[in-house]
Amino acid sequence: MSSQYGLETLWLWLINLIEKFITWLGLPYIFSYTIEKIIFGVALLAFISVSVLYLIWLERKVSAHMQSRLGPMHVGGWRGWAQTIADMVKLLFKEDIIPAKADKWVHRIAPIVVFVPSLMAFLVIPFEKNLLGQDLNAGILLIFAFSSIAVLAIIMGGWASNNKYTLLGGIRSAAQMISYEIPLVLSILSIVMVVGSLKLNDMVAAQSGDGKFWFVFTQPLAFILYLIAATAETNRTPFDIPEAESELVSGYNTEYSGLKYGFYMLSEFTNMLIVSMIAATVFLGGWSAPSWLSMVPGFVILMVKTYFIVFILMWIRWTFPRLRVDRLMDFGWKILIPLAFLNIFIIGLRMVVFKW
Amino acid sequence: MDAQQYLTNIKAKFPDVTDAPAEKIKDGIPALLCPAASLFEIVKYLKEEGLNYLLNLCATDYKEYFEVIYHLHSLENKVKLTLKVKLGKEKPEVSSVTPLHAGADWQEREAFDLLGINFPGHPNLKRILLPEDWEGHPLRKDYDRKPDQYD
Amino acid sequence: MTENQINTTKILDKDGFETMYLNMGPQHPSTHGVLRLGLVLDGEVILKAEPDIGYLHRGMEKLAEKRTYQANIAMSDRYDYVCSMNNNFAVALAVEKLLGVEAPKRAQYIRIIMAELNRVVNHMLFFGFFAMDVGATTALMFGFREREPVIELFESVSGARLTYNYFRVGGVSRDLPSDFVEKTKVFIKFMRAKLKDYDTLVTDNVIFRDRTVGIGKISKEDCLAYSLSGPIVRASGIKYDIRKDDTYSLYNEFDFEVPVLQGGDCFDRYMLRMLELRESLKIVEQALEKLEPGEIMAKVPKVIKPPAGEAYVRTESPKGELSLYLVSDGSANPYRLHLRAPAFINLQILQKALAGFKVADVIAILGSIDIVLGEVDR
Repeated sequence: MSSQYGLETLWLWLINLIEKFITWLGLPYIFSYTIEKIIFGVALLAFISVSVLYLIWLERKVSAHMQSRLGPMHVGGWRGWAQTIADMVKLLFKEDIIPAKADKWVHRIAPIVVFVPSLMAFLVIPFEKNLLGQDLNAGILLIFAFSSIAVLAIIMGGWASNNKYTLLGGIRSAAQMISYEIPLVLSILSIVMVVGSLKLNDMVAAQSGDGKFWFVFTQPLAFILYLIAATAETNRTPFDIPEAESELVSGYNTEYSGLKYGFYMLSEFTNMLIVSMIAATVFLGGWSAPSWLSMVPGFVILMVKTYFIVFILMWIRWTFPRLRVDRLMDFGWKILIPLAFLNIFIIGLRMVVFKW
Repeated sequence: MDAQQYLTNIKAKFPDVTDAPAEKIKDGIPALLCPAASLFEIVKYLKEEGLNYLLNLCATDYKEYFEVIYHLHSLENKVKLTLKVKLGKEKPEVSSVTPLHAGADWQEREAFDLLGINFPGHPNLKRILLPEDWEGHPLRKDYDRKPDQYD
Repeated sequence: MTENQINTTKILDKDGFETMYLNMGPQHPSTHGVLRLGLVLDGEVILKAEPDIGYLHRGMEKLAEKRTYQANIAMSDRYDYVCSMNNNFAVALAVEKLLGVEAPKRAQYIRIIMAELNRVVNHMLFFGFFAMDVGATTALMFGFREREPVIELFESVSGARLTYNYFRVGGVSRDLPSDFVEKTKVFIKFMRAKLKDYDTLVTDNVIFRDRTVGIGKISKEDCLAYSLSGPIVRASGIKYDIRKDDTYSLYNEFDFEVPVLQGGDCFDRYMLRMLELRESLKIVEQALEKLEPGEIMAKVPKVIKPPAGEAYVRTESPKGELSLYLVSDGSANPYRLHLRAPAFINLQILQKALAGFKVADVIAILGSIDIVLGEVDR
């Protein structure tokens, strides 16, 4: 149940205003539709930028406290909250170096190609009941389709730098991401089977209300599989071979500097945000909350759940060592995929026998 | 077998091996002076007899001659032995013991690099510590660095 | 390109395809200093590895001939800059053997305490860097946090945090401050509690074991042939420790074990150093009990001129056998000072140990051999 005074009412009021204005001007409906979507896109971009800035700072603080040190403390006064802003400004002012024998156009385009699909995936995530970019029929499938494009961008970045290290990093990363897409999709498939539709709003509706529980409790195996596959998809430890600092210097983004490097960092954290948001929506109930919390806007509830998952991902990153690349492949193909199939089988059996 | 038995056995088998001057050796390890030609055979014989661990291989430049010194050890009987080889100044050469003790590989390369001693039979005798195009052998007593701005 | 580089067009893999030459250059986050590894790769598998050293060569053996014996002790800190006290120990022992003096008892106990504490420091650094190379970055911070109390102890004794220059020919330079014994006992208790933490965090971690068990096996025959020493040898099944088998200073008065493991892979070398750490703590405890007031310096002349002679003195440093071959001609400077550096000789096994493994294992194997470039290049 969303609150009376949340973002949703604001958004609906704004849309209403624009539509009235356009009809008053005598223009066709398509204009108001376009402007509405543009405003949503701009708001989304702003939201993502601020979130990612905050996320990077959060990661540095969380990791520091786990390692009995303090992290950024000075920039901006209180606990160094402006550290990321300072870092981004610094990256903006750096010289943009392209290696002499590199493939110039591919080198320039790769950071953009890696960032845009992550942006697109936000279109179908519901922030409130009616607050999403486009309520597409193929909701969650769109997200997975777009994340596959990011693989291409990493290979582009690795190849275009004319450097053996980055080539190795790019190829390893491509192999890893393709292998772990399968358990990712398969683990969500069992949820889709139960809900009956690919729309994320339907999944939230299937978890809220009386007698309905969050999918993390009714399908725990799917949740665990999803978390592991998501860690591998976003290239975080224990699966961060592509950017393994101690082996390949910096993997596929060794030769990037300045804002392009900033884009790679941005896209990594945006990916982490998407993956956590999907987990929060599909497994933890999304923007819905029990009725005694209906005062709180749905957007805030979704953010709380998202950051909970983000914290778990960060915790895992700073605890475990890194898997070796062939062991990583073994793990993905020989353990995760059979488990995902087993999960689908069990859920299917449950649906047929217990009609649950 | 203890150290004395090794000494008697070696002197029986290789008659041209003599004792090094004992008052100069302060660490209590028996030392033998070997001719360069039969060094490989001596080390081979000692390896078969149990002294199969090469502790140290280094070389010194005494002003009239070079001296290569081998410290051998046996882990089971805890016996240590020193072999010294005197080489002439013009063309210092002694056959390499790398086929017997693989650990001598880099130590001989270092002796070649810093002192210019040649080790025929070494698989890969190149300079190891100094760059490839360095001229001269720094650890020799007649090598002094070229004066620079601090002199 | 210099002749140092392998000409890869001549090296073909088993299917007849060309191989790739990867240069893990002198500047690399994981090679523990300036070491260049030329790897010939067939995909991810290493066919041939050739280490190229000499980037940190400072000509220390030549410099040693121009300095007095006391200045040589100060310079010896820089050989293996992680465990300076052990380097000092070797040089001081060698000169004392030439002179024929022995340090007084209190000095010898202090020396043993310092050497063993330095072993703790070195193994903590190894732990931090090894775990970080494998991927667990947090362990690095923990390793350095544990080193801090010891470095502060060393600072209270010698005034420096890394290169101590604490030993002198005939003893040590300064006596212990009054609160040293108390602080060391507190540290030992603190360290023992933390060691249990590391077992859960790193040793029992499935991924860590997966990265290190079975990797980089070194057999007993290789150990003898390549003259390896130290933890590598003890992790491959040979029970040899110079402190027990060729004892020097007053080590024969202490009661400690020499751990031995049989596997010879990276995990065993890591585990062995952790076990050795515990033994070193035992030795420090016993030495603290045995300390009695006394002199810290024997009677040596102001200008040290040992009679002409030579000596070969062996000590056990945390990395292996650190020995010094010293030749004196009766003057105030040594005639020849040669350091038998354990890291230099241990590094030779890298070519053999790496063949057949993958690029990701290079770091694990190199880290488990535990080298410091200051010693390798001198």
